[in-house]
Amino acid sequence: MTTPVEAEETLGADAGSEDRPWQTIVWNDPVNLMSYVTYVLQKIFGYSRDHATKLMLDVHHKGRATVSSGTKEKVEGDVAKLHAAGLWATMEQP
Amino acid sequence: MRGWRRKGGRVVAEFEQQEAAVLRGLVSQVEDMLRARAEEAPSDELSELTGIRTGPSESPNDPVLSRLLPDFHMLDPDNPAKETLDSVAALRSLHEPEVLEAKVGVAAEVMRSLPPEGGGVRLTYEQADAWLSALNDVRLALGTALDVNEEMPDELPEEDPRAPHLGVYHWLTWVQESLVQAMTE
Repeated sequence: MTTPVEAEETLGADAGSEDRPWQTIVWNDPVNLMSYVTYVLQKIFGYSRDHATKLMLDVHHKGRATVSSGTKEKVEGDVAKLHAAGLWATMEQP
Repeated sequence: MRGWRRKGGRVVAEFEQQEAAVLRGLVSQVEDMLRARAEEAPSDELSELTGIRTGPSESPNDPVLSRLLPDFHMLDPDNPAKETLDSVAALRSLHEPEVLEAKVGVAAEVMRSLPPEGGGVRLTYEQADAWLSALNDVRLALGTALDVNEEMPDELPEEDPRAPHLGVYHWLTWVQESLVQAMTE
């Protein structure tokens, strides 16, 4: 006989900190084109050209920009999509 | 080639035979590296049963592959926190298969749509997006190998062993920029 193990509600969720939103960060990179970074941000997140351009310029001038935020699962997906497009992205929970 | 332009709902360009050979050579090299990495993924009966793919938990040793497949967290190079390292390993293992699949897919799209002998290339917007990602991956690979930085000159001194390759890098940059412009005009 056996009993089910107590399953976590969300696989991999960090108990106690799951309410605090995560952030997707894009870092400056000497290879990626400014025009391409803007294009990718518009395409992945559906941002307007103006908003995507502002984020791209933040990356260029400040070295990094927060491009999206939300649950851990959402932000993981965003980072994976940005990696697929070749942008240098990471996630953090400030 | 003289750049991409839109024509009848497609994005079109003409490639010389030599240009096609250079681009196909680079794209297929990157594709081979990515496929080799995908084969390193642990495979076992459990993952076949559950359908949950898991990738390697460690960052690639090769600098080109490690730029194409970055960590999911920024690590403190001197003193990375244990829980961050654990999370980096877990997230890589979970997401690397889908990132690799996307990258291999866009490389394969370029190989399909660019004839080895050159000539006209006519892309749907979806194919053009694949080309943009594949061109970017090839530039990341070459840029990493050439140690490209923000202050890279147009030409390197003749005695620099990287000099002949930098021209190819700048050409790829131009091909990608032209394709972004055609897609956003």
